[in-house]
Amino acid sequence: MAEGNARPAGRLSRLMAWLDERMPLTETIEYHATKYYAPKNFNFWYYFGILATVVLALQLVTGIWLTMSYVPSGDGAFASVEYIMRDVEYGWLLRYLHSTGASAFFVVVYLHMFRALAYGSYRKPRELLWLIGMGIYLVLMAEGFFGYLLPWGNMSYWGAQVIVSLFGAIPIVGPDLMEWVRGDFLMSEITLNRFFALHVVALPLALVALVFVHIVALHHVGSNNPDGIDIKANKDASGKPLDGIPFHPYYTVHDFRATVVFLFLFCAVVFFAPEMAGYFIEKPNFEQANPLKTPELIAPVWYYTPFYSMLRAATFPFLGLAAKFWGLVVMGAAILLPATLPWLDRSPVRSMRYKGLASKLMLTLFVISFFVLGYLGTIHPTPVATAIAQVCTVIYFAYFVLMPWYTRVEKTKTPPERVT
Amino acid sequence: MAAENVQAVSVGVPAGVEEGGDSSPEVNVGRRYLLIGATAALTGVGGMFAAVPFVKSWVPSAKARAAGAPIRVDISRLKPGEILGPIPAWRGQPVFIVARDQAAVERLKEDNPDLADPASENPERQPDYARNPWRSREAEVGVYLGICTHLGCSPKYHGEVKPEGFDPDWQGGFFCPCHGSRFDLAGRVVKGVPAPDNLDVPPYSYESDTVIVIGIDEENA
Repeated sequence: MAEGNARPAGRLSRLMAWLDERMPLTETIEYHATKYYAPKNFNFWYYFGILATVVLALQLVTGIWLTMSYVPSGDGAFASVEYIMRDVEYGWLLRYLHSTGASAFFVVVYLHMFRALAYGSYRKPRELLWLIGMGIYLVLMAEGFFGYLLPWGNMSYWGAQVIVSLFGAIPIVGPDLMEWVRGDFLMSEITLNRFFALHVVALPLALVALVFVHIVALHHVGSNNPDGIDIKANKDASGKPLDGIPFHPYYTVHDFRATVVFLFLFCAVVFFAPEMAGYFIEKPNFEQANPLKTPELIAPVWYYTPFYSMLRAATFPFLGLAAKFWGLVVMGAAILLPATLPWLDRSPVRSMRYKGLASKLMLTLFVISFFVLGYLGTIHPTPVATAIAQVCTVIYFAYFVLMPWYTRVEKTKTPPERVT
Repeated sequence: MAAENVQAVSVGVPAGVEEGGDSSPEVNVGRRYLLIGATAALTGVGGMFAAVPFVKSWVPSAKARAAGAPIRVDISRLKPGEILGPIPAWRGQPVFIVARDQAAVERLKEDNPDLADPASENPERQPDYARNPWRSREAEVGVYLGICTHLGCSPKYHGEVKPEGFDPDWQGGFFCPCHGSRFDLAGRVVKGVPAPDNLDVPPYSYESDTVIVIGIDEENA
């Protein structure tokens, strides 16, 4: 920035020079923005990484402000949320931004992950990048779960009770583990306090750290693109990729526009449908937690329902172990299995554009089954619903388990030399 | 700077070099790895000890355990066919106290092929004195933990013999709305529902004919 400038150094460039002598500021800006060459053919699907970062910042800021008025105690939690909603100036806005932000976070993260599935962004050399991303996803799920207990509504209470009871399905150590997690014989203020600590301190720290290394790893290996080809293979005389453009200003401008559009939609939800008809904030949660009364229908918030469906789809004992244990296993496997994708995909090409019919069909079925499972997780488990959930669970797993086979045998197209 | 470091190492190390089959005449690699390994192992052990207070602080505190002390329940006004509960009677968890009429007691004695564990063979689910068709000390009064053995929801009491939406041939018992598990009036689980086990029977004893103490067995009362 300072060098190559013929004019006498101004105040700003003297400040930059002073800083650069003491830390690699210009170097870092160049490495991550002004001289980071991203493929020029990014499309719609490449907005969701930056949007996830925007939502993370929003959650951190609104979360800090909510903590200022929230009381993490059995008697005080529910009342303090009502206090935030009614008496704190703009408290309702802070809370709705935060609760809608949680759902928005999962919307953009699921779209971000779909992008990776479609364009093979998890393939070598981006395996570690994908694993770090999976770590972010897991922390995010835990963060959402712990956060949902904090309003201390009746759905908060029983939803958490059901999920903590999952640990009880582990043979031998289960019941003790459950007691250890709760710190009590039932879900209580003690549990609320530790979930609060995890939600506002431990997991946000982990999340920010993981996002940082996610970006560091991304900028080291370079971004993938819709064609799934390596832009570093074609460079000009000065060593810049011919199909790359500097992230700043070219993509920062694009991303700024996307952020504005996103915030329009986001604010529409915050102002007009913050409860989203019970999908973002469930109706029983307007009633205080009652350890003696279970709500008629326990359904997790929508972003967990695909996995909750799979948990419920395990209805029969197997190998002498109870159905509920297998439910836990199926759910755990469904969440963790995507981490193995870099080693399951044996296709000679990365992008879905050049993969064969089998890959396209499997990805389509996978997405449909994910949506169907998500819906089934929100309704009562009738025999028909359970049967459909079982079929969808099989499809979900088939997408991963059969991938080494169908990506190898199908006929692929040859990707172009340069991005299209 | 780098050169200085290298020199410092090569000057400092020879003093510690021992005799023996080492690849380098100046640096005893084996000794170095042994020391690194020993330090790492000891740090690991120390780290595990240091983790103890953090892990232990999560178990139920003295206050939580005290709150789980035995509770007296007066059942003098409980009539046959009625239920007391759910009441937070054992470690704060919901407890059902069911008063069964004679017809219900007789029904429980019959063999029921629909039940998963009719003879209460899983010893973890009830004290020995409740291993009978009623799963209770007295046939007329049952004490059950109102926590479904599936995923911990609280089942609801449907005591009457009448067709229900979940079972047209319902003989009275408990129904869990969360995942559809069904139990009979003695808390015995029906086959083919998500719940794997009968409802728990907490330890309890009679202080008098009309007062039950939940949380204490006669043996250690």
